This record gives sequence, C-alpha cells and structure tokens, in this order.
Amino acid sequence: MNRSKPGNWAIVAVAFFAAVISIGIAQAEDPPRSLILATTTSTQDSGLLDELIPLFEKKTGFRVKTIAVGTGEALKMSGRGDADVLLAHAPAEEQKYVDDGSIVNRQLVMHNNFLIVGPESDPAGIRGLENASDGMARISAAQASFVSRGDNSGTHFTEQSLWKAAGIEPSGDWYIEAGQGMGATLMIASEKQAYTLVDGGTFLAMLDRLDLTSLLEGDEVLLNLYSVSEVNPARFPKVNNVGARAFSDFIRDPDTQAVIGKFGVAKFGQPLFFPDAGTVASAAPNN
Amino acid sequence: MELIWDGLKHALQLLFEGDPRVLGIAIRSLQLSGLATVISLLIAVPLGTTVALTRFPGRNLLVSLINTGLSLPPVVVGLFVSITLWRSGPLGFLELLYTPTAIVIAQFVICLPVITSLTLAAVQQIDPKLRQQLQSLGASRPQMVGMLLWEARLPMLAAVMAGFGAVISEVGAVMMVGGNILGYTRVLTTATVLETRKGQFDVAIALSLILLLIAFAVTWALTAFQQRGVVR
Repeated sequence: MNRSKPGNWAIVAVAFFAAVISIGIAQAEDPPRSLILATTTSTQDSGLLDELIPLFEKKTGFRVKTIAVGTGEALKMSGRGDADVLLAHAPAEEQKYVDDGSIVNRQLVMHNNFLIVGPESDPAGIRGLENASDGMARISAAQASFVSRGDNSGTHFTEQSLWKAAGIEPSGDWYIEAGQGMGATLMIASEKQAYTLVDGGTFLAMLDRLDLTSLLEGDEVLLNLYSVSEVNPARFPKVNNVGARAFSDFIRDPDTQAVIGKFGVAKFGQPLFFPDAGTVASAAPNN
Repeated sequence: MELIWDGLKHALQLLFEGDPRVLGIAIRSLQLSGLATVISLLIAVPLGTTVALTRFPGRNLLVSLINTGLSLPPVVVGLFVSITLWRSGPLGFLELLYTPTAIVIAQFVICLPVITSLTLAAVQQIDPKLRQQLQSLGASRPQMVGMLLWEARLPMLAAVMAGFGAVISEVGAVMMVGGNILGYTRVLTTATVLETRKGQFDVAIALSLILLLIAFAVTWALTAFQQRGVVR
C-alpha cells in the first residue's frame, strides 16, 4: 500500500498553486489610459469596430474596453456614468439622455438602412411595398412569424415605432421576442423562416449564413442613424473625457470616415455603412 | 454532424497553428479560473473544516446556508458583483469593472460555497474515533486537522474538481463583470457565445472543444492525485 506522506502531497500542491497565483497576479494589471465604449451589438456583429478600434488604439494609445450590449443598456450605462463614450443608433432615445444632461456633444457618425427581411416565400405578401408600416400591418394580419429583438436596442425601438405607426400592438404566438443581439435574432428568424427587422450592415455581414431575403426597404422611416456622444464629465467626474473626446474626434475625422465608407466593399460588394460626419443630421427621429 | 466535424478540424488547426488569439483566450480561462479556485480553497478548507468539527448554536442554519451555495445561480452572482463594481456602485472607486480581477472576484464568490460545503461534508463523515485516537496520541491541533484532511482526500479532491468545474464553465457572470473584451477579459466561454451569436459556428465549436479539453486535462491531473494509492 502506498504510504505517501500528507506533507509531500501538500508541498506539491502549494507549489502548483503558488505558480498559478503568481501568473494570475501578473495578469491583473489594468492597462493604462483605458476608455469604456458603450455600444450596440449591431456595430460589433458587423465587424466594423474590430477594424476601427485597433486603428484608434494605435493612434492615441488609449485602450478601449468595448462593451457591446443592447442600445437600452448602453444608454442606461451612460446615464449612470459607467461608460465614457457612447456609440448608438436610437436618436429619439439618445435625445432624452442629452436633454437630461447625461450625455453631451452628440454627433452624427454614419448611417445605413433598416430592412424588413423574411422568407423567400413571403407569406404576408410584403415584397416591394414602399411603406414600412404597411408591411408590418400585413405581417400582423397574416399572423406570419416575426422575430423581435425584444431587448430595448436601437433596432427594437425602430421596430416599435413601426408597429405604433400602423396602430398595432403585436402579440400572439407569431410574435417572437428573442431578447438577444442582432446576429442571434437573425439566426432565429432564419431557422423559423420568419420576418424580422435588421440593419443593412449586419444583414449583409451575415447573409451567407442566413436563409432570408430583403423584402421591404427604402422607406425614409427606415433610416438608421449612428451617433457618438460623450458621457457628461461635469456630472460624472470619473469619466475619461479626454479619451471620450479623442474617440469622438477619431470616428468623425475624414480618414476614419473613409475607412467606414469602404468597410465591407471588398467582402460583400457594397459598403455596410455610409459616413455622415460633418453633414447636418437629417433627423428622422424614430417615432 | 458535419458541423461538429468541421469544428473539430478547426479546433485542431487553431491549436497546432498556435493561433495567438485562441491560445491567449485559453490560457486566460485557465489562469482566471485557477486563481479563483485557489483563493477559494484557502478560505473554504479552513471554513468547512471548522464548521464540520465544532458545535455551536445556529450551526444547522449556517450549514444550510453554505449548502445553498451549491445551487447558487452564477448569473445572480454576476449581477450583484457588477452592481457592486459599477462606477456608481459602492466599490466603484476601485475601478475593477471590466477587468480580469472582477472576473476572479465573481468566480471566487461562485466557487467558495461549492468547495466549503463539500469540504464540510467530507470532514464530517470521518469516523469520530479517528479524531479521538489522534488526540489521545498527543497530536497538536494542526497535526490533527492535517491528518483528518488527508483521510478525507478523496471527497476533498472531488470538492476541488467541483469548484474548478463550476467556474471554468461559467459564462453569464463572467460576461457581465468582464465585458468580454478581446485580449483582456475574453475567455473560452464568453468567446463561444460571441461566435455563436455571430453565426460563426465552426469557430464556436472549436472553442468549445478546447474548453472541454482543458477541463478534462485539469480533472485528469486532479483525479490522478485523488486516486493515488488506491488499491482496488
């Protein structure tokens, strides 16, 4: 019978643990000059931020902590001062936060367009319609499956405004509230052959994995505007406003705007976003 | 089935090519969960042993509370830890949110009750006659506790495996307090969720397989310790 002394076993264990601990402690340093960017899942899932953030970090030396959550949560984070800079696409909601003083210096960055996508078979017959709310009304009337973001994101806010304009309160088995990001919502819609509302950038980026087509687009209420704002340093002294301002300037400067305008062209044949910085915001508030 | 096969091929490819991103994510998962488990052990073992060996009023209530830790939803831990660490929260001034340290804290809170309750059970089930015998042989308290723990090493190591397993597989809490930031707080579980969300299933499967591999490797090592000298 093996008579291993408890002491030996303990020594080996302690040595192993000590090694793990010291490695762990060495890793726990916070990077210098870090900046919290609250943004939406659509900007991350499209891959745009993966391209822009490294450029920004290299140029300014700031380390960006990109927290991609739904617009609702990103706004709430900004309202609590838990983020330094906000990149979102819900103009009406953002305006509320500007009005109450949580965010400042809201500037237009870029836009793309929302699309109503769905199964090729188009059971609700919305293909080619010009009025988005009309399309939503037909989907509701036909009780055709529709997947909603259901997560207070910019896309969700736009979707709600379309239902409201059509005078409909969607409910029933056909109305599926995913409660997830745009990528996941699209996957659900594709699996269930359902309709959904999606921004052109994300749709294009995920097209080859989906069994959906764009059925309704072009209505001016489907304009999707992205703005960058700084969390108010007067109200929240702990925010890194220098970094926030640097990011805001960076994303609007002509070189970066050119990168945005070219993003996706090589891979998808068309841009996913259209740069807008410096132009007058054609405010199409989402309500 | 083809998807899983593709994932497996992709996983091996990533590992052999030594894709730095994936390796970084894998090492980080191991370090953070390892550190959290170790710190938990340092507190859980003395705590569990003490509660197991002493009697005091309210003991049953305390034991129940500790045991509830086995069912504690990790996402609830994540929520409360993040609320505490927000800039606007009570510990916001520490600026720990969205750092690896926050992940270790959350994982520690998840792991501690698991190891404590299993240690408690492991020590409590030792034959009381052994304790009496040690005392009558003149063992000092530390010597006695050491021998009791050695005696309970089988279930004790199971406790360590359970604690480590709970945190290496945790995703919700880690996402909330860590933020899933590339190159900083992204671990295997949160990376898998992200890739799935983006529809990149082959990468998600590859990451899952790497995670399973790590979990198995660690468990295998611990089991080897656990089963040493067992003649069966």
